[in-house]
Amino acid sequence: MLLEIDRVEKSYATGDGMLPVLRGVSLGLEAGRSLALTGESGSGKSTLLHLAAGLDAPDAGAIRVHGRDIAGLGDTARAALRRDTIGLVFQQFNLIPSLDAGANLAFQARLAGRHDAALVRDLAGRLGLADFLRRYPEQLSGGQQQRVAIGRALAARPALVLADEPTGNLDEATGDAVLDLMLALVAEQGAGLLLVTHSPRLAARCDARAVLRAGRVA
Amino acid sequence: MRRAALAALLSHWRARPLQLAMLVVGLALATALWSGVQAINAEARASYAEAAATLGQDRLARLVPADAAHIDEADFVALRRAGWRVAPVLEGRMRLGGERVTVMGIDPLTAPPQAGLAALTEGDGLAGFTTPPGRGFAAPETAAELAAADLEIAPARGIAPGIVIVDIGIAQTLLDAPGRLSHLQVHPDQPAARADLAAVAPHLEQRPPDDAGELARLTDSFHLNLTAFGFLSFAVGLFIVHSAVGLAFEQRRPVFRTLRALGLPGRSLMVLLVAELAALALLAGALGVALGYGVAAVLMPGVAATLGGLYGAEVAGSVVLRPEWWLSGLAIALGGTLAAAARDLWRTARLPVLAAARPRAWALISERRLALQLGAAVVLALVAVVLARVGGGLIAGFTMLGALLLAAALALPVLLYAVLRAAQALARGPVAQWFWADTRQQLPGLSLALMALLLALAANIGVGTMVSSFRLTFTGWLDQRLAAELYVTARSDAEAEAIRDWLAPRTEAVLPIWYVEGELAGRPGRVYSVADHGTYRDHWPLIDAGDAPWERVAAGEGVLVNEQLARAAGLWSGDGRLDLPGGPELPVVGVYSDYGNPQPQAMLGLDSFTRHYPDAPQRQHGVRAPPGAVPDLAAGLRDRFDLPAPNVTDQAEAKRISLAVFERTFTVTRALNVLTLGVAGVALLASLVTLSGMRLAQLAPVWAAGLGRARLARLELWRALALAGFTALAALPVGLVLAWVLLAVINVEAFGWRLPMHVFPADWVRLGALALVTGALAAAAPALRLARIAPAQLVKVFAHER
Ligand SMILES: Nc1ncnc2c1ncn2[C@@H]1O[C@H](COP(=O)(O)OP(=O)(O)O)[C@@H](O)[C@H]1O
Ligand SMILES: [Mg+2]
Repeated sequence: MLLEIDRVEKSYATGDGMLPVLRGVSLGLEAGRSLALTGESGSGKSTLLHLAAGLDAPDAGAIRVHGRDIAGLGDTARAALRRDTIGLVFQQFNLIPSLDAGANLAFQARLAGRHDAALVRDLAGRLGLADFLRRYPEQLSGGQQQRVAIGRALAARPALVLADEPTGNLDEATGDAVLDLMLALVAEQGAGLLLVTHSPRLAARCDARAVLRAGRVA
Repeated sequence: MRRAALAALLSHWRARPLQLAMLVVGLALATALWSGVQAINAEARASYAEAAATLGQDRLARLVPADAAHIDEADFVALRRAGWRVAPVLEGRMRLGGERVTVMGIDPLTAPPQAGLAALTEGDGLAGFTTPPGRGFAAPETAAELAAADLEIAPARGIAPGIVIVDIGIAQTLLDAPGRLSHLQVHPDQPAARADLAAVAPHLEQRPPDDAGELARLTDSFHLNLTAFGFLSFAVGLFIVHSAVGLAFEQRRPVFRTLRALGLPGRSLMVLLVAELAALALLAGALGVALGYGVAAVLMPGVAATLGGLYGAEVAGSVVLRPEWWLSGLAIALGGTLAAAARDLWRTARLPVLAAARPRAWALISERRLALQLGAAVVLALVAVVLARVGGGLIAGFTMLGALLLAAALALPVLLYAVLRAAQALARGPVAQWFWADTRQQLPGLSLALMALLLALAANIGVGTMVSSFRLTFTGWLDQRLAAELYVTARSDAEAEAIRDWLAPRTEAVLPIWYVEGELAGRPGRVYSVADHGTYRDHWPLIDAGDAPWERVAAGEGVLVNEQLARAAGLWSGDGRLDLPGGPELPVVGVYSDYGNPQPQAMLGLDSFTRHYPDAPQRQHGVRAPPGAVPDLAAGLRDRFDLPAPNVTDQAEAKRISLAVFERTFTVTRALNVLTLGVAGVALLASLVTLSGMRLAQLAPVWAAGLGRARLARLELWRALALAGFTALAALPVGLVLAWVLLAVINVEAFGWRLPMHVFPADWVRLGALALVTGALAAAAPALRLARIAPAQLVKVFAHER
């Protein structure tokens, strides 16, 4: 199993006490498969994705990537996990503003020591970015930025791609095109994809679906 | 509406106390250094005015010798007989109880009421004043210092520090000037029937009251120097204010728009913003003035020592809190804040209500703007060069300095941009490349603080180089100048003769160091005698000389003048001619350096000297003797003639005293230097702290891609170090040019002498380290905060609720 989420709990401290967000969530994802996670706004989708990415740690439960529990890892080990194993795409502000699109595309792959210039060129071409590589993020449209973000996540050939409403900021047509590309590329690389979305239409295009409600998978 | 709007505006500060603190601290520091320097200047000027007012000199005309050094008592008697209402005064510097003071002898019976003697002589009255052994009056602090003097000195009000007022007869004894006077004070109301001055005393002339005082003029340059420093610090402080205010406006732009959209008139918004700024300025200004008082109180003793050492000006060592000073401090804080905020206020006033609130365009600095900045820097540098070529005077010197510093400050971001770009191109790994790219991206936010750091470092290098060059030159010069092994001062001419006879068989040479005071090229100075002896020929450094200068001086065919006199009056060997007070006009045959002396000076061959000035006291001598014999010789002199210890000084002692005066002279400059660097450090901290809030958006993607928080925090520290280090490197040439301007332009204008420049690389290394420490300290808190930040905070960057 590529990703196993096992009875994970997470609460946030707020002004009036602890707010329980996840109350024992369990999920599984095999390599080469895609899973859509839906749920109402505020149901904890992003929280769950952050935990799976090793960005934050759960209060209880286990999160296993390739069978290894990452819940107890330290900051450095978690950074290494993100670098080597995971590709992350968020709704916005994914890119490093001081680097141009080309450098952004290759950044994580180079960080992970898996830079493959031919792959990056190929990705840039297929994402329609070949003409924009010298531009800086703020000189790109939202759709272009998201395509760079996807390219960056995939250029490092991660085992697990985690995407949090990657098309949420795009219009429907652009969003569909971006998602198509992502699904195709993930499938080619044999990676697993966990896609957070609140759109049933997009969720329908994944291999499997899970719905978060009241802190549990319904 | 207004009240609600104000609450909305102010809530910004409640959420960001650190930013508010930075704004207040920056402004308070700026005000503190500025008003501290103003307080010092005001205090010193008050002392000069007091000195000028002593004995009513600022209100009474006086009769002075037209060209001789002094007046005879006979002149006084003749004028009184001819109907003139005049009062005698004898003035001179001497050592009393181990302290150097100005003794002023007066005649209480003839002194005009304007001299203000009534205040002095109340109480015990005149009894003890006129009858030997006499009694002096002095300012309370001077009186306390002179407790060890032989003379009884009573504290009195209304006398400037460093002046002792005694009866004229006692002054003549103390100064060993029997029958002599310095000048006569003229009563404002004179009898109509009195003889013409030209008929009674043709060698005297009448001078109008002197209200400014020679000291105020002499010390002008010094105070200009201090003011320039104060202004520099103030400008650095305003950098902080400018960036803090700019950020606050930027961050609140959506609030401004919302308020306008909700119906708040644009005018009202401006009124509220100006009121907010004014309140902050007054708060910080009040803090600053209080702090400035502290700065002034700490620095004042050093300033007093400097003025005493350089100009012989006596200044009170304490500071009084004056109301006008509070007001001017608050005014400058207010004015400075509004000036620093002008651009943002202007932009806010023109803010369109409807434009979408975008997150700040974090742009890569537009290269066009950099090019403009570089252009402005080049123009300013050209202005400086032109001023250096054609300008003259202290004001031109300081303007040139200002243009130069501003040019350097403007050029700094351009230089850093180029360096960082090159570093990025040379970097190999992805982290290194990102590091340099990201550092370059921080430039717009940090450049003001870095400019401040550059200015502070350059000022440090410049002033440090000047002081150290001065020190090196001065000690070398002292070694040559203090060529005699022993210096002896007798108490009377008769004693001096006995001493000469006693010394002659025991030593290699006894060199007379006799002088008269008088006007040289319109300013009070001294004419010294110089013996025809190898000591001078071998040791005295001449910075300008014709043929065989020493021989011609010995033969009475010419004079030597000091550098101050040469520069002030344009008297150089070749065609310069000096009109000696009460003596002939002689060609200038050479110029010698004379550091630390504010007055003009000339040297005349011994024979001519005694011929022209037969009445000059002949008491001071330099003694050449084998160094081993000096201690016995000194002890023998003290025993044989019962001389007080200060009257016999060996070479080492004389050097020690001179160097001590020198050291005190520059403590103030050094202290201001350190303070300016401190302000620059605070500016850097302020910028880093305010930027750190926006940093998250730039750091989160890198963190998500797999760089841990600790690593990012370390890189933040390195970034600050790199910027501080590059800035320090850039400051080096700026500081050296600054030093050159100080030594070759400002010094000549201010003090009258030019110094050779020496460089001290060890000091640069030390200062570079200090710059790095400043950078590290400024970056430490934001970096630490980053290392400990909750991941949830970083994750928020990607969430839509941002
Ligand atoms: N860092 C945080 N601190 C406090 N509460 C948080 C934090 N992050 C998320 N929450 C809360 O947790 C709940 C779930 O948030 P999130 O996972 O973003 O939901 P979703 O992505 O499904 O909209 C929400 O109520 C949100 O307000
Ligand atoms: Mg979400």
